[in-house]
Amino acid sequence: MALLQISEPGTSTAPHQHRLAVGIDLGTTNSLVASVQSGLARVLDDERGRALLPSVVRYLPDGGVSVGYEAQARQSEDPHNTIVSVKRFMGRGLKDLDKANVPYRLLDEPGMVKLKTAHGVKSPVEVSAEILRVLRSRAERALGGELVGAVITVPAYFDEAQRQATKDAARLAGINVLRLLNEPTAAAIAYGLDHGVEGVYAVYDLGGGTFDISILRLSKGVFEVLSTHGDSALGGDDFDQRIFCWVLEEAKLPPLDPRDTRLLLGKAREAKEYLTDHPEAHITAVLSSGDIVDLRLGLDDFNRITQSLVNKTLAPTRKALRDAGLEVEEVQGVVMVGGATRMPCIRHAVGEFFAQTPLTNLDPDKVVALGAAVQADVLAGNKQSGDDWLLLDVIPLSLGLEVMGGLTEKIVPRNSTIPVARAQEFTTFKDGQTAMGFHVVQGERELVADCRSLARFELRGIPPMVAGAARIRVTFQVDADGLLSVSAREQVSGVEAAVVVKPSYGLSDGEIARMLSEAHAHAEEDMKARALNEQRVEAQSLLTALAAALAQDGEALLAADERHVIEAGMAKLRALAEGTEHLAIRAQVEALNQLTTPFAQRRMDRNVRQALAGQNVDSLRV
Amino acid sequence: MTPDFSADHFTLFGLPAAFRVDGAALDQAWRQLQAQVHPDRYAHAGEAEKRLSMQWATRVNEAYQTLREPLRRADYLLQRRGIHALGERQTALPAEFLMQQMEWREGLQDAQQARDAGSLDALRRVLKREATQLTDLLAQQLDAEGAWDAAADTVRKLRFVQKLAEDVNLALAALEDD
Repeated sequence: MALLQISEPGTSTAPHQHRLAVGIDLGTTNSLVASVQSGLARVLDDERGRALLPSVVRYLPDGGVSVGYEAQARQSEDPHNTIVSVKRFMGRGLKDLDKANVPYRLLDEPGMVKLKTAHGVKSPVEVSAEILRVLRSRAERALGGELVGAVITVPAYFDEAQRQATKDAARLAGINVLRLLNEPTAAAIAYGLDHGVEGVYAVYDLGGGTFDISILRLSKGVFEVLSTHGDSALGGDDFDQRIFCWVLEEAKLPPLDPRDTRLLLGKAREAKEYLTDHPEAHITAVLSSGDIVDLRLGLDDFNRITQSLVNKTLAPTRKALRDAGLEVEEVQGVVMVGGATRMPCIRHAVGEFFAQTPLTNLDPDKVVALGAAVQADVLAGNKQSGDDWLLLDVIPLSLGLEVMGGLTEKIVPRNSTIPVARAQEFTTFKDGQTAMGFHVVQGERELVADCRSLARFELRGIPPMVAGAARIRVTFQVDADGLLSVSAREQVSGVEAAVVVKPSYGLSDGEIARMLSEAHAHAEEDMKARALNEQRVEAQSLLTALAAALAQDGEALLAADERHVIEAGMAKLRALAEGTEHLAIRAQVEALNQLTTPFAQRRMDRNVRQALAGQNVDSLRV
Repeated sequence: MTPDFSADHFTLFGLPAAFRVDGAALDQAWRQLQAQVHPDRYAHAGEAEKRLSMQWATRVNEAYQTLREPLRRADYLLQRRGIHALGERQTALPAEFLMQQMEWREGLQDAQQARDAGSLDALRRVLKREATQLTDLLAQQLDAEGAWDAAADTVRKLRFVQKLAEDVNLALAALEDD
């Protein structure tokens, strides 16, 4: 019996048209950009051959912005205006932060903390966008063209607010986000594809400011995340802080000014890195008071003062294993990711915990960007048939609603494979109640007060009924980026009232527009040109996708007149895209999307049927 | 337009509608379906296909979760027969079982107060064994005997046990946090 063939849906683009897509690791300490060229993922260097871009942004007195090594070199000189580790502030309010030893002028604003700089008040999203802009132009120079999009990595344990902030930063930098990808998952792709491994793997990812542990099952072409845990405020920076505090104590220093704080934190970092290959490090510095610091930090001292940090990574590790329903012995390998895993104390502790030597044969700084680049290449449609794989990721934290008594009702449990949707019905509390308030929260704790508040919204226009008669169905949908939308609908009366929340910490389109116009002084013209360009790219990508779909299935799945209507719509879009009316192009893109929905539906149904047919063939062979 | 979700979960994965499922076959069918419908496959497609892909992938994940977890699978099988075991109106469970519940709950509270990880872990194992027994019983009641009402009781018991097991896990996690 001949085996049934299964086509790859939506993957056929015009031949030889390589779409430029990159993977970006937007790190706490360093950021990188990587791309797949000629089938090989590589990190793109700057013009001086350096792969890393320090995630440091300095707002210069003359109105300019400097990003990277130059900014890093000036951080102790100009601490207020030189922002390091901004990732720690993403999606965070002032109350979430440990303000100790942070030399910035922080402003408590609703939703997210802001920073006062020489260029006025900046949101962490804007600061991150500066880093992304530099990486984008580095990539466009290296690849010789405009990017169709990027995969941007985020810590797996990042919550909704932090993910949304990251996506907003990309938008602000003019980057089309193909997908937000969890960092350990990206590392697993790079590692798994490189070494062709199968089985259960743990990825231990200790970056500059975040810690993730993910447990994955790797099997033929499938990367399935079983569970993830972590701490989005624990990283290599904290080890620097411990050394810094140790120096203050040993040298009996009074509280320092921001400049000296930066200086000593820099020295602390150097000492930490030196201790990776040496038994002791010297810390010497001249403070602005003229005081001289001259201390010797032995490896034993270092291990002692950072022991509790190391332990703080092991508790989430235990939880991740328990969530995956696995014992330590069932883990086949442990992949180490993130610059901080170079520390011998970390390698030792992880090795001891898993009773095996961790895998360190990948550059822990680059592996995430490389994995993201490979995924970006696939998402952009450059995949060669045959080397495809599937990524099944999870959400790190449970999502729920506040119910009576300040308690949390979990709607989507953590570690659910995404995309996921869950619905639950609620009812009215009083007779004649016509509105209902919803409070969306994220976290594992029972009390709403202990969870993170994501959004509040109201459903109005419920027809008056006796208490308990209305049926309000609330649906949570988490997309493949791990981002949530919530809607509510009254069922009984047949009256539909639905709302979709954009979480309150997210930036509105208006805010993005304002930030964009601030970023480019000669805004008006730029904005128009930009909007037109965006719409043209959008139109082109839709036309390409449709042409491919028609070539593949037009014959089989469409009647002649249906096909004719679609082709006419395409011709109209093609003509409009030649013009300069971006709103008209957008309208036609939407119309064409509407028009082709039944066709898309048939293709999808057919693919599903074929998947089942293929599976039956497989089971026959077994 | 939403996809045709009328096919039941078993049909979707090409599996017989029974409580005992071939876990490996389920996993394989899930992955095969996701390979066709997952949003990553449509990242560069038109909006219509992207939206459909998300709906389908969501639907496939929902079906998979339902069939993979014994409690949800049993509940789903009963719902197909119009029995809502976990609905609002349910019959009381036997006093004997409820007494046992209270005993376990007290054990959990005592261990929590004493910060006794050893007892918590022992209780975790007891509950795991209990859940396995109830699952075996469900297979008997649903697949062999067709004893739907009895199975509905077992489903409710299993939910009690699983909820308790979750609380034990939370208590263990809380100990680790300090």
